[in-house]
Amino acid sequence: MGKTFSIARRELAGYFYSPLAYVIGALFLCVCAFKFAPPPGFISGSREWFILVPHQQASLRTLFEMMGAAMVVAAPLLTMRLLSEEFHVGTIETLMTAPVTDAQVVLGKFLGVLGFYLALLGSTLMFLVLMFIFARPDIGVVVMGYLGMILLGAAFLAVGLFASSLTRHQLLAAAAAIVILAFFSLLMSPAAAHLGEPWNQAAARLNAMNYLKSFARGLFDSRAVVFFLALTGGFLFLSIKMVESRRWR
Amino acid sequence: MIDVKHLTKWYSQVLAVDNISFRVEKGRIVGFLGPNGAGKSTTLKIITCFLPASSGTVTLNGLDVLSESLAVRRQIGYMPENVPLYEEMRVREYLTFRAALRDIPAKRRPAAIDRVCERCWLSSPEDMTRRRLGELSRGYKQRVGLAEVLLHNPPVLVLDEPTIGLDPAQIRAMRELIRELSGDHTVIFSSHILAEVEQTCDDIIIIAGGRLAAAGTPAELRQRVAGPSRIVAELKGAAPEDIAKGVEGLAGISAVESSQHNHWTRLDIQAGDDDPRKDIFQLAKTQNWDLRELRRATGSLEDFFVQITYEQSMRTDRAAG
Repeated sequence: MGKTFSIARRELAGYFYSPLAYVIGALFLCVCAFKFAPPPGFISGSREWFILVPHQQASLRTLFEMMGAAMVVAAPLLTMRLLSEEFHVGTIETLMTAPVTDAQVVLGKFLGVLGFYLALLGSTLMFLVLMFIFARPDIGVVVMGYLGMILLGAAFLAVGLFASSLTRHQLLAAAAAIVILAFFSLLMSPAAAHLGEPWNQAAARLNAMNYLKSFARGLFDSRAVVFFLALTGGFLFLSIKMVESRRWR
Repeated sequence: MIDVKHLTKWYSQVLAVDNISFRVEKGRIVGFLGPNGAGKSTTLKIITCFLPASSGTVTLNGLDVLSESLAVRRQIGYMPENVPLYEEMRVREYLTFRAALRDIPAKRRPAAIDRVCERCWLSSPEDMTRRRLGELSRGYKQRVGLAEVLLHNPPVLVLDEPTIGLDPAQIRAMRELIRELSGDHTVIFSSHILAEVEQTCDDIIIIAGGRLAAAGTPAELRQRVAGPSRIVAELKGAAPEDIAKGVEGLAGISAVESSQHNHWTRLDIQAGDDDPRKDIFQLAKTQNWDLRELRRATGSLEDFFVQITYEQSMRTDRAAG
């Protein structure tokens, strides 16, 4: 366990040295801030899209939904370097010839990026503070919304880590992860709408955004918990197998 | 200590290592010599559990690199070629991270890091321990790589091209350090420079084209490559053809080549196992020829190495063509 945490700590520290991580973090927060408290000139026809608008009921529900959608792009960009960079620079050689198991490497990297993601998610708490000042937010929505975001984030980061284990090119890893995540989110709502029975049911079940929506409404949906945990566990398992397979190819 | 048996490695269709077997005894410094692309790095990567072999086995103290990989890795310190490092980390931070992966308890890490930094000239004369790895020069990166390898004081050190990219003073320092390490450590290092291996190593393993070309101590190899002796003689006092014919008539001489150098006849003589120099001298004396040179030319290890390098390049050219 100690080695897993050592790898996680190194990975987490790496994010704070990386300009890209700051850019992704800043963009993520900017988009959230724009939706949360738009500059007055921007509030035009679609007032409902924004949250903190005068004479309108403010709810964090839509903010969580948007953060979830943003993660389809943000998670792959955060995770793309995790293993790809090791392959590219060659540090994988020193890493894998140290007495660490493949699982320790993968889990350490996963915990490292999860740490950075939690820090990023933590900084969105400032919106919550503003909500408490200017409005009366629903505690249930807040707690469940953040729980949903943590579960969704873990699942998406696991997908990104898996994509990073496939190639030594970071951009390819990011593209692969975006494709997989789009499958589990954007692709599934039109599929649910247009496919016939029983495929539309299956499509609705595979849509991560549906599960996030129920959290954002303040509901605790055990199916959603199972879905996100299964996605996380499944893709972590696949990542470990990918790293292992390097020894057999 | 290390037993390599019938090791073969294919990279999809390319045969990188072809049925290599050798043994490394405890406490020896072994030089792995070969031209570029000979299969040195691949063999070292298999020994250090980074790559699996296609067939054959490697054991370290009886532990198999494949089935007891973690136990083997604990006993090996491996410095890959070009020393890949995490550029954004600082020297001390990196060594602390590596010490954690190497099972060194947290309390003992600072002392272990101080020890290796001093040994690899990272803390003095100039303190480099707070520099970022990405800013370091080639020589310093190499030292960090070596410091990392020594952290957990492993019984076996595997260094892939440890002196490549260093300046002459650094090469000498690295060589001295490797020499110092023998005794408590078994060291295997690869190089494509013969002089380096010849000066530093107890044993030399020469591989070319993925095959084992020769193995032994430098003295043994030198003796082996010397082959049947070649004699050089310079004589004067008769027609060149007569001199050549006269020498060729002596017992134990297989071939004579003659050439002219300012009225002197220079003979290049291939002899068998017996040394015919005395007979040549006697012949010159009875024929009343002048003799100004008579010596035995031994083949050098360098000639041998150049030759196998050349053969390998011919083979690859043919394969490519």
